[in-house]
Amino acid sequence: MLPLKEKDKPIVQKLLSAGCCARCVLRFCCVTVQAAFRQAQHETLKDLRAFIADKETSKVQDSTGQSSTCETESQDAALSESDADPPCKRAKLCPTTETVQSEGGSDALENVESRVCVVCLGILQGSCGPDLAVKIAETVKAKNYQFDTLVLSISLPAQLCVREHSCWLHVKKEVRAKSLVLDKDDIIQVKEAFKWIMQGLVTKELGGVAVVGKSPFEVGMEFTHPKTESDCHFLAKSCPDCFKATKNKQSVFTRMAVVKALEKISDTRFLQMYPCPPVEPSCSCTLQDIKCLHVSVFIAGRYNKFCRSLPQTPWVIDGERRMESSVEELIAAPILSAFRADGRPFAMELLNPHRSRFGRAEMKQLQETINKSSDKVRVRDLQIVSREAMSRMKEGEEEKTKTYTALVWTQRAIEKEDISFINDIKELTLDQKTPLRVLHRRALAIRQRVVHSMNVRFVDSHHFYLGLKTQAGTYIKEFVHGDFGRTKPNVCELLKTDADILELDVESVDVDWPPPIPE
Amino acid sequence: MDCVEQSDADAEAPSVIDRYFTRWYRADMKGNPCEDHCILQHSNRLCVITLAETHPILQEGRTVKSINYQISHGCSRLNNKVSGKSKRGAQFVTDFAPLCRITCSDDTEYTIYSCIRGRLLEVNENILETPNLLLQKPSTDGYIAVILPKFEESKSITESLLTREEFEKVVSKRSLCQPS
Repeated sequence: MLPLKEKDKPIVQKLLSAGCCARCVLRFCCVTVQAAFRQAQHETLKDLRAFIADKETSKVQDSTGQSSTCETESQDAALSESDADPPCKRAKLCPTTETVQSEGGSDALENVESRVCVVCLGILQGSCGPDLAVKIAETVKAKNYQFDTLVLSISLPAQLCVREHSCWLHVKKEVRAKSLVLDKDDIIQVKEAFKWIMQGLVTKELGGVAVVGKSPFEVGMEFTHPKTESDCHFLAKSCPDCFKATKNKQSVFTRMAVVKALEKISDTRFLQMYPCPPVEPSCSCTLQDIKCLHVSVFIAGRYNKFCRSLPQTPWVIDGERRMESSVEELIAAPILSAFRADGRPFAMELLNPHRSRFGRAEMKQLQETINKSSDKVRVRDLQIVSREAMSRMKEGEEEKTKTYTALVWTQRAIEKEDISFINDIKELTLDQKTPLRVLHRRALAIRQRVVHSMNVRFVDSHHFYLGLKTQAGTYIKEFVHGDFGRTKPNVCELLKTDADILELDVESVDVDWPPPIPE
Repeated sequence: MDCVEQSDADAEAPSVIDRYFTRWYRADMKGNPCEDHCILQHSNRLCVITLAETHPILQEGRTVKSINYQISHGCSRLNNKVSGKSKRGAQFVTDFAPLCRITCSDDTEYTIYSCIRGRLLEVNENILETPNLLLQKPSTDGYIAVILPKFEESKSITESLLTREEFEKVVSKRSLCQPS
């Protein structure tokens, strides 16, 4: 028995005759009992018909049997496209399902079942069920992911909103019974009903894996229905400001835009422009490929670079590689294939990993693999971190300090006074325009950065090692040679000579992240 | 000994320009004799427009009286506002677009041209404050402007420019032609 009340009867009748499937009818009646959705459709339909025919729920029947019959008859007369003929309903003095069926209702039943629902376009009919669960399970197993739980997500065509709105208005306008207040927000969403139906079935197919509301592993299904895509187009005429074309979007009629427009449009206007109830579709929705997506895993660690000519990232110009390898490739390659100092902290985001569980021992092993693969780079403290920790690290880039050593060449000979002059400088604020060497890929801006302190180690009259402690984000090379005068002040200005930087080493990055892992 | 050391030091350390840039030249800009421009092309395809050593402004002990980036009634290169990574809002310049006009102490006036096509990223405002930079360091601190050519055109823009060797040939021919 379905958990329906007397007040739901007019809704059920109206929707069935409009061409809604049994499950959509349940949705409009705000049924929250999941089992009602899970039972076979034809059973639900049977129950609904029985419910309409059933007099037991009606209090009126007991005292005023005749008048209630008359009421029913007049209501029946109002039904125009009813599958079950009025004669059939008139015979409902005997409220049993058998009566309905024997009156030729079984033909009508089958008819309804084969017709595609005008609201859900078949998604809650044939498109979901054990067959789909098998398909999902096969896809997930084939892609070989490592996961404990999964979450189902479905993407529905936008016109479903329009059709649902139409049916809601259909119900609203026809049934004006006093106790009937159907708020559009109370209607169970197609997505929810779909998940109620599918979750248990998928769990069974995957041998008990819990299908939950939120999970790092997502199985996504996209349904499309090209034939009814034009259902949304009239909204662009009545609410043009909801549909702004942008470069990225293929179609202007996104779900969000359609929902917004439906909120704005008045009932009368909607009814002028769109059929109520909606027109029956000729076919069901099509399911696009099932997509699997695992949430990103973040790895962090510290590294040291022991080779001057090794670039941080792959250096490729016009498709031609300029330098063999790079820090990024040496560290990332073993990690990517495994996941599916005091040094410099680094972090990487691994997109859609098929494997995500790594124990401490395995991380250590991975670290060893990287360190053995090349003598140019060494990694330590390799660990999995959270997305929040990543963003904190990025914030830290601005606030923290870094220590460098630079080998500086000067055109004029350096005197003792110059050395003490540099050593005495504290908290020097620089105005750095975006250096020319990165200006092609960064915005033009002036950045203020602080050089906290410096110290000079004399090499010869034209060379010295310059130790610097600076705010993170300071361009050291430009501070030394001045970058065409675009970094001020600079070493050339300070020492009143041409100067250039020959070598630059990072001594330390004064940030206590990621947490060290004992050897 | 000191002189040798100094020249060694100079020789050992290639300058920022040599390390990152290729020098290209445009001689006798717009038919004006010796108004030579030097375009420093960075390996990342950005170009810095500068005066070549042979430019009249840098000769005969001239000093700069004024530099004007207002090149026409409606256009000042100082109004160039560039935003974002894609450098939106930048004035687009072509080969013969004027960048600025420089007036020297002897009232000779020279126009400096873009020499290449692309987005004008910035003009050197330091030389407005300190015109001397132009004379003392024409290749670095005294630069005129920075231009970013279109990605597709980054190679082709140099087709109409002279390499260092070609430019030096042009210059040496001039001294041959000069009356003694």
